[in-house]
Amino acid sequence: MVKVQVPEIRVSRPKVQIEPAAADAKRVAEPPFAETSAVRKFLLARGNSAIMDGTFHVLMVVCGLSIFGIVILIASELVLRSDLAWSKIGFSFFYRAYFDPSTGLPNYWDPVNGHFSAIPFVYGTLVSSLLSLVLAVPLAIGVAVFLTEMCPGILRGPLAFLTELLAAIPSIIYGLWAVFVLVPLLREHVNPMLVKWLGWTKLFSDDNPTGLGYVSAAVILAIMILPIISSLTREVMLAVPHSQREAVLALGATRWEMIRMGVLRNARIGIVGAVILGLGRALGETMAVTMVIGNTPEIHRSLLANGSSMAAVIANEFAEASGDLHRSALIEIGLALFVVTIVVNAIARILVWVVTRGTPAQAH
Amino acid sequence: MGVGIEVTDLNAWYGTNHTLQDINLKIPANQATALIGPSGCGKSTFVRCLNRMHETNPIARVTGTVLIGDLDIYNDAKPVEIRRRVGMVFQRPNPFPTMSIYDNVASGLKLNGYTNHRVLDEIVEKSLKNSALWDEVKDDLKKKSGASLSGGQQQRLCIARALAVDPEVLLMDEPASALDPVSTSKIEDLIFQLKSQYTIVIVTHNMQQAARVAEKTGFFLNGRMVEFDSTHKIFTNPTDKRTEDYITGRFG
Repeated sequence: MVKVQVPEIRVSRPKVQIEPAAADAKRVAEPPFAETSAVRKFLLARGNSAIMDGTFHVLMVVCGLSIFGIVILIASELVLRSDLAWSKIGFSFFYRAYFDPSTGLPNYWDPVNGHFSAIPFVYGTLVSSLLSLVLAVPLAIGVAVFLTEMCPGILRGPLAFLTELLAAIPSIIYGLWAVFVLVPLLREHVNPMLVKWLGWTKLFSDDNPTGLGYVSAAVILAIMILPIISSLTREVMLAVPHSQREAVLALGATRWEMIRMGVLRNARIGIVGAVILGLGRALGETMAVTMVIGNTPEIHRSLLANGSSMAAVIANEFAEASGDLHRSALIEIGLALFVVTIVVNAIARILVWVVTRGTPAQAH
Repeated sequence: MGVGIEVTDLNAWYGTNHTLQDINLKIPANQATALIGPSGCGKSTFVRCLNRMHETNPIARVTGTVLIGDLDIYNDAKPVEIRRRVGMVFQRPNPFPTMSIYDNVASGLKLNGYTNHRVLDEIVEKSLKNSALWDEVKDDLKKKSGASLSGGQQQRLCIARALAVDPEVLLMDEPASALDPVSTSKIEDLIFQLKSQYTIVIVTHNMQQAARVAEKTGFFLNGRMVEFDSTHKIFTNPTDKRTEDYITGRFG
């Protein structure tokens, strides 16, 4: 009876039948089924939504592809804009420096006289990042082990939350804190000790009264990369099946032996990934490093000396670049940094992925 | 040589869940003892109390006395010492995936600081022979990872790993339940051979398995041990009605 309301059917039927059917519809169908028919009318009127679906589809594809677009745009822009430096200096930008004939000392970076070399910046970036790993990795793994294996439940939530929170602090805040708290602390208390006890290595000499330098940069970087390393380490440790822990315990292992053999050993590839990811962040970190590294384009054996980093020199000089070549050279440094951080991050992600859904899980 | 186990008034809890209630039994030395019962009846918890693995769960608690040989394991020893004397094989094979077959077997000894390579080689070979795996893996002991073996081989590797530390008691928590029939029968043959040298306690869901390998059988139900007797008696003429119902398949 409800069918009567569909126009096509009504038209196709012989006239004789329309009368009772219409009457039926009025008498029976209308009052009790009024709502249903309204819903049906509404739904039929909506069509198949092909346009909306299509639009949505296109929109999402555009969003997805925009990531490729952004990466390609950045890379091409960096390549094109550093063209001048590539043609004038070439790849020797990264390994050759100008030596001042009068002093015999290298003059790595002299925009006024047109001498450009990336060596001190590459050196500064590598030294500060690697030093920060040395400081951050044991601490981060310790935090992760404590959180996953021995932390009382009541402390676990807050501690994990605070660790993650460290990652949310803007780097300028870290920079300010470093300038006002960390650097004076290192200058007054830590650096003299380093000079006293480790001065014989010639890696620590007390010829820098500012307290700025590689060590300050490394310490602040270590704090900044701690959360990412420890939270990823925690993740890969949690991915180690419980049966592995039991297997080691059942052999008569102490708690530490269980953690070493049953957990860390199984998670080691992922931990390496977490460390490399931390390295990736340290390499690219700009603001905090710029504020404490001293910004001197020189290379010193002493880790307490002032230096500079790839990101720091771009941040410091780009706005006031003295000429096209200067600007182009800065962009070339940027390109190098871009390539290195992308590669480092890719390796790290693959390693973490291997552990969290790869080999150890298959064995069980 | 194995030693006997004497359990007196053993009670165990998971949180507020009283999973084992007043268990008393004597497990004879150098024999296989099977524990049967429906899922959740406490038989796994019971064997985990015999090497103090139960208490690795932070909410777990145990009271009572367990004597392994002459040693009161809850009062006179640390868990670590007990677990060196009482080996355990778990339901699902859990070899160390990052270690070679050799290192898997030697792991218990290396863990305890054993470094004499000549002796280690001998022990690894003997343990793998004892677990009937030697012929299948002898050519790639150090080449293949423990995870590259099949499920049944992995379980025999885990048995070899447990045997390598020369335990007095071997606990097996449903060692064949994740394996195919061929691997299962290999494990059963193995238990049959091993029980002359070790005291074996095996938890199983498979009553035929219990009948095939064990001299004694205990029936657990709802955290209590209903009956403990010779396997023959349990399967032919049980004293308790509930045991009879279970073994004839009327529940469980």
